[in-house]
Amino acid sequence: MTAPGATRAPALGRAASRLLDSRWAGLAGLVLALLAPFVIATPYALSVMTSAAIFVMLASGLNMVVGFCGLLDLGYVAFFAVGAYTSGVLSTRLGLPLLATVPVVIVVTVIAGVVIGAPTLRLRSDYLAIVTLGFGEIIRITANNLDVTGGPSGIYGIPSLATSPVVFYYLTVVIVSVAVIGASRLGRSRLGRAWRFVREDEDAAEAMGVHTYKIKLAAYIAGAVWGGLAGVLFAGQLSAISPGSFTFLQSALVLMAVVLGGMGSTPGVVVGAIVISLLPEVLRDFAGYRFFAFGVLLIIVMLVRPQGLWPHRSREASS
Amino acid sequence: MSLLSVEDLRLSFGGLLAIDGLSFTVGEAEIVSVIGPNGAGKTSAFNCVTGFYRPTAGRILLSGREITGMRPSGIAGLGVSRTFQNLRLFGEMSVLDNVRAGAHLWLRQNFVDALLHTPRYRRTERECTEQAHHWLDFVGLRGDRFGEARALPYGEQRRVEIARALARRPALLLLDEPAAGLNHGEKAEMLALIRRIRELGIATVLIEHDMGLVMEVSERVVVLNFGREIADGRPEDVRRDPAVIEAYLGRDDEDDEDDTDDTDDTDDTDDTDGKGGADGKGGADDGDGGGDGDA
Repeated sequence: MTAPGATRAPALGRAASRLLDSRWAGLAGLVLALLAPFVIATPYALSVMTSAAIFVMLASGLNMVVGFCGLLDLGYVAFFAVGAYTSGVLSTRLGLPLLATVPVVIVVTVIAGVVIGAPTLRLRSDYLAIVTLGFGEIIRITANNLDVTGGPSGIYGIPSLATSPVVFYYLTVVIVSVAVIGASRLGRSRLGRAWRFVREDEDAAEAMGVHTYKIKLAAYIAGAVWGGLAGVLFAGQLSAISPGSFTFLQSALVLMAVVLGGMGSTPGVVVGAIVISLLPEVLRDFAGYRFFAFGVLLIIVMLVRPQGLWPHRSREASS
Repeated sequence: MSLLSVEDLRLSFGGLLAIDGLSFTVGEAEIVSVIGPNGAGKTSAFNCVTGFYRPTAGRILLSGREITGMRPSGIAGLGVSRTFQNLRLFGEMSVLDNVRAGAHLWLRQNFVDALLHTPRYRRTERECTEQAHHWLDFVGLRGDRFGEARALPYGEQRRVEIARALARRPALLLLDEPAAGLNHGEKAEMLALIRRIRELGIATVLIEHDMGLVMEVSERVVVLNFGREIADGRPEDVRRDPAVIEAYLGRDDEDDEDDTDDTDDTDDTDDTDGKGGADGKGGADDGDGGGDGDA
């Protein structure tokens, strides 16, 4: 038996320091991202950094589904594709600026989330994984075969959000930061707690009045919106999209970022996403062995730190 | 009108009858115990009332409103809380978060509040945390409430589960073997806790094998055997009831072999049903219960 209240005092100090930790870590990450173009600003480096930021947004979106709610989604790239194609089609066909497509993208991704989620979320774990994988492929193959999406060659001439790559990079960093903070805030709210209750024990969650089906659907829709908005950024960055950008490999890499960083941990998935997107670039010296080295490094990390690089801690600060 | 009334409840699993015409009522702020040998259908009845099983026939009314076949979360929304025979805490979440689960139904907060951290968000979160502390104090939790629930000792986890159920502010609380696996001192504290819950005006239905606790705390006792109700009355009457004594001790002579066969069958049913009554603790406690009933 522990003595009453004995654990409270040290917990207080530890918790306070952790709060600062995570606040400062987030701010430090943002400052780092904002200063990076002053260190290296070649077009190539800017494009890599912008891609990494977009990848962070994808990972933070998938983290709500997989990390918070415990739903294994192997077809997350479907929402990325839906967002990118919606804004791409609207901006090229109707001549809308990219920003104006955002409300439509949100509506379409919510619908996509419901359409994909409603029939699949009655399934548990591995079955859900298989079906989401299937949906991811369906979206890609549909885009490959429709005329409106430009078929295999995709859509060209999508207007960018900004004139110069540097401005676009800064815009991306700001949007992604807001998205990451938003995902983290949702995760700590009543809704986010309900996601975790579902992940931990669906029956107990139901017994406490959590409508597990609706809550899972909410996680799925939130993930879809985050993925779709990341798709808008992606379309704006490349100005051209094609089905080749939305393969299963992409879904697997986002999931890898979430697992590598630490499922359910906001700083974790940010770090995980940056590692996954930058590591292949850092490994360019290995030439032909680049992806071999990438794979080996990932395996080593998972063996040494199975809980992730920056795992979620359940211990909470006392208020 | 009674708070809960179960009318002619029947539940079968592919031809095996787990509950066979069970009827009982629970009044406002009343403590009713449901007892019976292992496999008698007690937990199955709980699962029907809370919506985890869909009864084959019969009706369940809560304050006169039919809840038969509703979703568990819907029934919880009408003011029914429960605990589980085998602890079902959210192990990897903090103890406080576990109790906050009870606030899910009454906490008014939407995703816009959460995203923008509106004043309402801050107010509701503060209220939720205060309530969680309040109920942990109420159940007398001594352990660390900021750490993970699974790190607590077994007896403390039982308290957290009850605190979580109470945080829902229920009108009816169903406790499935709250004293199972507790030592003597902890059982005494559990008894005191159940009495304190009654003082809040919450009706409690209790499944329990510890006859000492049942006789001490209950206002009424319902006895099940083979899915049938064999007695319903005040504790002192029920313990003298010949049918109850027979259910617990068996009959003197004839049909001995038949009886044992039946018992085995029913036990198996409940086990396959995933509520996992097969763990060592349950069995041991059942033995205790029988012994106490004897005395």
